[in-house]
Amino acid sequence: MYDFKYQLANSQDDAVSAQSSAEDGSFLAGGMTLIPTLKQRLAQPSDLVDLSGISDLIGVSAEGDSVTIGSMTTHAEVASSEIVSSKIPALAALAGNIGDPQVRNRGTIGGSIANNDPAADYPAACVALNATIITNNRKIPADNFFTGLFETALEDGELITAVTFPIPDKAAYAKFPNPASRYAIVGVMVAHTGGETRAAVTGASDSGVFRSSEIENALGDNLDSSAAKAVSISADGLNNDIHASSEYRAHLVSIMASRAATAAG
Amino acid sequence: MTETNIGAPIKRVEDKRFLTGRGRYTDDLNQPNQLYACILRSPHAHANLKKVDVSQAKAAPGVIDIFTGSDMAADEVGSLPCGWQIHSKDGSPMHEPGHPPMAVTKVRHVGDQVAIVIAETKSQARDALDIIEVDYEVLPAAINMDEALSGKALVHDDVPNNMCFDWEIGDKEATENSFSDAHKVVSIELVNNRLIPNAMEPRAAVAQYDPSNGNYTLHTTTQNPHVIRLLMGAFVLQIPEHKLRIISHDVGGGFGSKIFHYAEEAILTWASAKVSQPIKWTAERSESFVTDAHGRDHETKAELALDKDGKFLGLRVSTKANIGAYLSTFGSSVPTYLYGTLLAGVYKTPAIYCEVKTVFTNTVPVDAYRGAGRPECTYLLERLVNKAAKETGIDPVEIRRINMIQPDQFPYQTPVALQYDVGDYPRAFETALKASDYEGFSSRRKSSEDNGKKRGIGISTYIEACGIAPSAVAGALGARAGLYESAQVRVHPTGSVTLYTGTHNHGQGHETTFAQIVSDTLGVSIDQVEVSHGDTGEVQFGMGTYGSRSLAVGGPAVLKACNKIIEKSKKIAAHILEASVDDIDFKDGVYSISGTDRELAFGEVSLAAYVPHNYPIEELEPGLDENAFYDPLNFSFPAGCHICEVEIDPETGEVEITDFTAVDDIGRVINPMIVEGQVQGGLAQGIGQALMEGCVYDNEGQLLTGSYMDYTMPRADNLPNLNVSTESVLGASNPLEVKGVGEVGSIGAPPAVINAILDALSSLGVEDISMPASPSKVWQAIHNAQ
Amino acid sequence: MPTVSMTVNGESVSSEVEPRTLLVQYLRENLGLTGTHVGCDTSQCGACVVHVNGKSAKSCTMLAVQAEGSEVSTIEGLADGDTLHPMQEAFRENHGLQCGFCTPGMVMSAIDLVQTNSDPSEHDVREWLEGNLCRCTGYHNIVKSILAGAKAMQG
Ligand SMILES: Cc1cc2nc3c(=O)[nH]c(=O)nc-3n(C[C@H](O)[C@H](O)[C@H](O)COP(=O)(O)OP(=O)(O)OC[C@H]3O[C@@H](n4cnc5c(N)ncnc54)[C@H](O)[C@@H]3O)c2cc1C
Ligand code: FES
Ligand code: FES
Repeated sequence: MYDFKYQLANSQDDAVSAQSSAEDGSFLAGGMTLIPTLKQRLAQPSDLVDLSGISDLIGVSAEGDSVTIGSMTTHAEVASSEIVSSKIPALAALAGNIGDPQVRNRGTIGGSIANNDPAADYPAACVALNATIITNNRKIPADNFFTGLFETALEDGELITAVTFPIPDKAAYAKFPNPASRYAIVGVMVAHTGGETRAAVTGASDSGVFRSSEIENALGDNLDSSAAKAVSISADGLNNDIHASSEYRAHLVSIMASRAATAAG
Repeated sequence: MTETNIGAPIKRVEDKRFLTGRGRYTDDLNQPNQLYACILRSPHAHANLKKVDVSQAKAAPGVIDIFTGSDMAADEVGSLPCGWQIHSKDGSPMHEPGHPPMAVTKVRHVGDQVAIVIAETKSQARDALDIIEVDYEVLPAAINMDEALSGKALVHDDVPNNMCFDWEIGDKEATENSFSDAHKVVSIELVNNRLIPNAMEPRAAVAQYDPSNGNYTLHTTTQNPHVIRLLMGAFVLQIPEHKLRIISHDVGGGFGSKIFHYAEEAILTWASAKVSQPIKWTAERSESFVTDAHGRDHETKAELALDKDGKFLGLRVSTKANIGAYLSTFGSSVPTYLYGTLLAGVYKTPAIYCEVKTVFTNTVPVDAYRGAGRPECTYLLERLVNKAAKETGIDPVEIRRINMIQPDQFPYQTPVALQYDVGDYPRAFETALKASDYEGFSSRRKSSEDNGKKRGIGISTYIEACGIAPSAVAGALGARAGLYESAQVRVHPTGSVTLYTGTHNHGQGHETTFAQIVSDTLGVSIDQVEVSHGDTGEVQFGMGTYGSRSLAVGGPAVLKACNKIIEKSKKIAAHILEASVDDIDFKDGVYSISGTDRELAFGEVSLAAYVPHNYPIEELEPGLDENAFYDPLNFSFPAGCHICEVEIDPETGEVEITDFTAVDDIGRVINPMIVEGQVQGGLAQGIGQALMEGCVYDNEGQLLTGSYMDYTMPRADNLPNLNVSTESVLGASNPLEVKGVGEVGSIGAPPAVINAILDALSSLGVEDISMPASPSKVWQAIHNAQ
Repeated sequence: MPTVSMTVNGESVSSEVEPRTLLVQYLRENLGLTGTHVGCDTSQCGACVVHVNGKSAKSCTMLAVQAEGSEVSTIEGLADGDTLHPMQEAFRENHGLQCGFCTPGMVMSAIDLVQTNSDPSEHDVREWLEGNLCRCTGYHNIVKSILAGAKAMQG
């Protein structure tokens, strides 16, 4: 690790100003991605601004037909949240299957989506559930948020404060893990919310999460799992690495979509 | 000997310190004034080192000094030696190119050592690495074996076609003849996948030089401290042994990868004298991936000749073995005498011929990893036997029964040098069939198929030769050292005992099993026995722990030393009791005169041995401390049968091991709890090889599986509970009648798993699959077959 | 250099550290608590697992400064004098360790499991151990130990 300056922010404003006054500041959430990156010397921020002391970034609330999760809420907290488990059980299940228990105890939803790893789980949930990412100065629909490989719509220094998820009628996530890292080789979240069916795919493409219209059309309003399974996804442009060929990934997209549809019931 | 402990599942003596965080692993140790080292490693697989400029880095904060290969060469530091000489078919000795601890003119694999930075803190050392300037002239690299054998890129300029040696074993002519007589010939081509051992403790070393007396002390993560002392002292650094102490207290797993004398040990020891301060180095896991010797990596073509009844007539094997960029300590023995000599397996194949071309490549050196040679052999044989079953239409169980060596055939001389001493292969085989409910398989298959899954069952038998080694035999086969083992039993005045063993405990439980032997032999309770190992300053000598040799070779040495104690102490007892030695009985730690009630306790005699008033000083020296060396008569031959059952999801290619049964003949069981643990651990590594683990290099020699993000390690949820039992025939090669258990799991498991997968998928037309059978590969195989 | 203060195994400690000091380095090097191990550099092996405010965490993936004001407990703090914690005892009874290197992380992780799920099934245990690698045991006896330890912890 290169050396850096560390500060603990105690409010959102404090965090934003600390970051902006630093030469090259980075927010530190759970550290489950950032610290391994620093350990490998793949990043050299001048300052880390720790968000863990900002209490209004933590917690889950339900209002009307949506659930809002503070950006510093850990995967474990989302997984065990009664609100999430009752309103969007698919999201609780997804969070409960990210990484391992120790990662879930510290990793946060804000960190996960800010990082936008192409094999991460939350981006699929955000897109399929048509979530809104709330930052310190705007609201960004999930469809516009994830812009590419480790790329998001966030401006430098923009702080995610929360994510709002409309409560779906039905939803489920199916993940086929990479045998080594256990990130998604392919993960598909399917959801039916207020007359719209969405299927968001993570892991399969190098440019990150995407919606599959073929799958969505096949699923229809009833989330028809056998129709999803019958979809033949093109392997063009999908990831091809030592763990899975693009053809295998393409195949898994339909299979995982179909399994998610079955689970969504 | 009274057997109260031997055979009992005694809880481990060593556990308490590990469970309370008080182990003493190398990285846990610190010395006063200690400095920290980081090592600059080549990012290229093959390059000329044009220039290494350390001037700027030397001026970095906290940096004490930086050394390169040229500095070591200037001090005439020697080459890291290889301990096993192999001769090619034509009688020429293997090529042994130099292996400098730090590269001098050329780097030969990603991870090769280029420079060492020594600084006040680890972070400072690491920071300085980034500012060393190296001018590499990148050369074409030889990565896969065919490419290497074409000789386009030479790893070592003086090794034509990168061929280290071209070895053979067996009777070529007899084997050719068996094929001309054959009713059927079955052939197979397969790869034994390259593995990265991944003991959980990364390697580490702390070297210390005392300028006041010229003594060196090296704490290092090794399985054999005396071997390191011998190799490093005599061949690399020219430090006489009385000036060099090697200590490895607790070691966090080895599996072979910590046998070898590694460059860092020599670099640190040498550098500690240069800076006259202790230096510590601990590998990052990413360094371990590119520097710990890898395992396996064979490509093989084999053919089996059968008669019309399915009897094996002959076996012909041609293997290419990757040895990596340099010859590691035992690298040359693994694809030869630990491989070709086992090709009879448990079968009566009368004619066998095997040739092995061993190839240098620009990859990490390849050496022994749990099983070493024997898993490669077993995988080949058991895949081939299954294929023969399929092609002849004989049931896989039946074809094994027909060909198995029978209990009345021992000693059994194989056509590939070894003579099996004792065994009962049908017994373990039939027991395993029962234990796995082989007969009930078809109904289990049916219920899987009802759920859209494919189910398969796979058998593997195996034999291994362990207990290295009968030294004369090992010498005849090319070992440059005999492999005796030593023990010293020191009885203290009050009757407690310290046992010094030359074997090394890094998880095998010697502190318990060896204490069990001492306790039963001398009749002292187990808590009165302390086992000391891992320190050349304490233990007289030893060849360490690998090749399942500790109990088979080290155990009898313990027994022998204990017997010497008994012999001497009986004389002391006789003197005190005023009786003739011949009349003294020793049992359960009590000396008595036969037929009388006159007796002495063990502690009374030991006290008399040290602080006597009344002692036969004219005939006998005081003290009760005996050494013994033991060399076995023969290898020992554990054998057994493993049966694996899998369920496959044909949609995703995921393989679930639903059941795994292992029945092993490991000779006498000293501690069944530890034996089960050893088998379970070996099975996990064998299953890992079959389903998950595989080292992948790209064409430029970059390791693509260089972390746990990409190298799949078996985890708890990948494995089922393991059904492990023993079906032992007592060993005949050593007085403890033990055979060895450390490697059986990793030897027997891989073909059982693959045979099960192929059984499951045969209805889909899949005929072959390579290891690791990852979900993507299984899916691809199904997809291709359709 | 910033000062960091925390409670480790019930004792207050305070030291100056570079911000880049990992919690595991702080425990091992500053406090001499070498029972917590480092087995990887990608946060995947779990040899370093400790408890931070009662929850298991990978101390190789936390800065010491992030533990400011926290209650940290390590393997060294579990036993009560000579009496092992029931989970430690279960590992000993069931041969849940061989080389012992993964063991501290396994035990700390297991205790957190039982705090979260007092009656885990074999399946629960195997899933929970996703972040803990062991190369020696094949996990069989670790799982057995944890199931026994869970029972014993219920007392
Ligand atoms: C062993 C292991 C296994 C894992 N497995 C999975 C898995 O299966 N699936 C999966 O999806 N993920 C997985 N992860 C990643 C994990 O989910 C991380 O927790 C997550 O990616 C990052 O969250 P964090 O809170 O730790 O963020 P950090 O690591 O602290 O930060 C990540 C990035 O986000 C930025 N950031 C953090 N918070 C904010 C904010 N509020 N606003 C703006 N920017 C912010 C940081 O500056 C940094 O650039 C795994 C991680 C590990 C170590
Ligand atoms: S050291 Fe491997 S996860 Fe922490
Ligand atoms: S006991 Fe050795 S790694 Fe688990």
